[in-house]
Amino acid sequence: MSIAYDTIAFRSAKCDGCGECMKACAAVKQGTSRISIVPGARDGAFEMALCRQCGDPKCVMVCPAGALSKNAGNGIVDWAADRCVDCLLCTSGCAYGAISADPIGGRVIKCDQCGGDPACVGACPTDALEWGSAGSIYNRFGDKEDMFVPGLAGCQGCNSELIMRHVMRRIGRNSVLATPPGCIPGMGSVGYNGKTGTKVPVFHPLLTNTASMLAGVRRYYDKIGRKDIVVMALAGDGGTVDCGFHAVSGAAERGEKILYICVDNEGYMNTGMQRSGATPYGSWTSTTPVGDKLKGKTQDAKNMPMIMVAHRAAYVATASTAYMEELYDKLDRAIEASFHGFSYLHIYSPCPTGWRVPANKVIEACRLSVESNFVTLWEYTPEAGLRFTRSPDRPVPVVDYARTIGKYRHLDADQLAHIQAKVDEQVALLKRLAGEVSAVSAARAAAPEDSSTSAGAVPPPLRHETFRP
Amino acid sequence: MPEAKYLLVGSSHAALEALRAIRRLDPDGSMAMVTRDGALPYSPTVLPYVMSGRSRPDAVILRDRAFFDEVGCRFVSGVAATGLDTAARSVRLADGTQWRYGRLLVATGAAPAIPPIPGLDTVAFHVLRTLDDAVGLRARMGLARRAVVLGAGLVGLHAAETLAEAGLSVSVIEMRGQVLPGYIDAKASARIEAAFAGHGVKLLLGRTATRVAAQDVGIAVTTDDGRTVEGDLLLVATGVRPVTDWLAGSGVQVERGVLVDGFLRTSAADVWAAGDVAQGLDFASGTRQVLGIIPTAVEQGRIAGFDMAGDAGQKPWVGGLPVNTYRFFGRPAVSVGQAAAGGDGFEVVEQDLPHLYRRIVLAGDRLVGIASVDDPFDAGIMGELIRRRVDLAAVKDAFLADPTAIGRRLMSEQWR
Repeated sequence: MSIAYDTIAFRSAKCDGCGECMKACAAVKQGTSRISIVPGARDGAFEMALCRQCGDPKCVMVCPAGALSKNAGNGIVDWAADRCVDCLLCTSGCAYGAISADPIGGRVIKCDQCGGDPACVGACPTDALEWGSAGSIYNRFGDKEDMFVPGLAGCQGCNSELIMRHVMRRIGRNSVLATPPGCIPGMGSVGYNGKTGTKVPVFHPLLTNTASMLAGVRRYYDKIGRKDIVVMALAGDGGTVDCGFHAVSGAAERGEKILYICVDNEGYMNTGMQRSGATPYGSWTSTTPVGDKLKGKTQDAKNMPMIMVAHRAAYVATASTAYMEELYDKLDRAIEASFHGFSYLHIYSPCPTGWRVPANKVIEACRLSVESNFVTLWEYTPEAGLRFTRSPDRPVPVVDYARTIGKYRHLDADQLAHIQAKVDEQVALLKRLAGEVSAVSAARAAAPEDSSTSAGAVPPPLRHETFRP
Repeated sequence: MPEAKYLLVGSSHAALEALRAIRRLDPDGSMAMVTRDGALPYSPTVLPYVMSGRSRPDAVILRDRAFFDEVGCRFVSGVAATGLDTAARSVRLADGTQWRYGRLLVATGAAPAIPPIPGLDTVAFHVLRTLDDAVGLRARMGLARRAVVLGAGLVGLHAAETLAEAGLSVSVIEMRGQVLPGYIDAKASARIEAAFAGHGVKLLLGRTATRVAAQDVGIAVTTDDGRTVEGDLLLVATGVRPVTDWLAGSGVQVERGVLVDGFLRTSAADVWAAGDVAQGLDFASGTRQVLGIIPTAVEQGRIAGFDMAGDAGQKPWVGGLPVNTYRFFGRPAVSVGQAAAGGDGFEVVEQDLPHLYRRIVLAGDRLVGIASVDDPFDAGIMGELIRRRVDLAAVKDAFLADPTAIGRRLMSEQWR
């Protein structure tokens, strides 16, 4: 397996030109900043020059002194100060303006990613700079066993297949997997002709009873003393928010020790793209068509992860394949929590076929859904409350996201305004929970063991009955 | 008879880059690199720093033996190629060995061009093209008090600076009326000339050496105005010429260098050429020129290598662009493209300030050349703006005021 490297990503839409990154770099390097933010074409737009640590670095190849080299271990293009003769030829090899003559002293300067903890990223207040550790994930999991057969029959560009393979690679063979009816078994993970498509024990419950069956499986393993098995579901949104809802709700309420992963592609895609309770307002589906009168779904989606928070499940989180680092972090915590209580991970999964998204734009759709707050990324535990794992501040307009999705192509201004309002409302509610739930937890922690009232100085708890500890 | 699917003759930037390109497409094909130089690969560009003592001779090596073992390439050094038989697909070496090849890269670089000055063949003089030359010069300059340098190109000036810094009294004789002719314009040249004069180097510009004679101690050079310049050490740095003599009779077409097409193929089947030996497309003129610079050698080596390995997705080369970076007495001078151009069809904007000099050359609102002294810029970005013929009409004033910021902005936009 080849090695992949971590990298610094720049999202120009989020940059406000504050210059904190340059200040932080200059401070760490005790000199001129290695990152350069310059005004862009439009007012308020900014562009960046920074070493990309090229895989095929031209600066290295034009150096006559052998002072530059690609470090195979960490991917950095290393500069050897003692070999460099200050000829500046490397600057002619770089089309990014990323290795340049230092106005002070005249030697060349370039980014070395601060040894994996870049100061610029830490200093960026708007998340315009991000530390992308996908390379580390690849190095960590790339060699791990893929738990599915190679030839799953998912559609081209299927995000659910990506989720299944990543999740099971991480979880490994010590697991029992339930895949209720939907794309996941439909593409062949339960198998054909008496053989399974999965390398772990897999079964195919009804749409309605997934969580109940898993509860029984877990109790059996508990009974025989096997505490190390991950008892889990990879279920679609239909089997979770509609048909299987009562079973999920019951298992969560009873605190059954299972890992329930909902792969949410916003409808019954496997059976012909019918609407589900998770289908967002305005979506075209085969049962909410677009014609003279009807313009797609007329109801809003229910927010299943928030419903699971209301159950005070041991762990609840949302995730997106555009942010794999987060997905893996949350998966780690979700697995751990599933040995103690009901653990619920909701992964958003754009469907290229049912949503009319080109196969090569699926991850971009994932990213835009998050950047527009159409999807919010957060996690919850009863102890720590709810916290955003990506800031919902400074979102792009939801229309930027909707424009990339074919099932929203027909939306008029009123419908888009409705969706934007719904998105804003959800974020406002989540922010309220993020603030107040943690305050309540703090109050609880401060209160005497046997006290049922909170300390005087903290804000009163939410009025929602379900959130009271 | 030894043989290789890929035979690379030469061991500097072009050949090393070709090796890399070939290995990306063909990890296993047999390969050999043959070079007349006795050392492991190095760059001629670094030699002035070896001469000055800034770089140790063993620290300028670009690839070690382990590298060649790792990539599966035989490295044969210290043996010059003396003949090519394209019909038999073989290269004859000075030791009599015949190497059979499947595909051949001619990357034999250039050697000092020795001008036909009467008497020059009767005296001892130095050149600076090989590691041995640099080490020899370094040893010799410790024993000399006066040096004469013929030629005020990059090598001549660099050596003159080193000699002056070592305490020698130095004279530089240059046929043209300025230093670095062809790279920079007269105003930029004037700043460099002043720096040399300030460090006690005598520049005899617009003068031709008409005679060289040995003296009891050292040599004497007579110039066309009748002056005589004496020295204990003579360095001839009047340019280089491609090493093509070994191709005589092979059928490979040679003009000033080996003529190559957009894929760096020569006129002979299965023979490519790259680097200082090649005469390939010049971006600005559209004609074929010998462009003896590292960036061009690397680009040519890469294209040749990919083509030799049978890359189906190759696109012909857009042509080479002059790129030169030069440091004199610690001060930087950089030029890219037609930096010295002027006259009809060109718009020249100069900033001639006490602390810096910058010259931007546009044609139809597109950058065609840029040069500066004491104001280094992103040479790679400027090269891309020229090569992509980026229309600067909308940002012209801002670009002229701050080419670095606007260049970075434009490239950042292009990459997204």
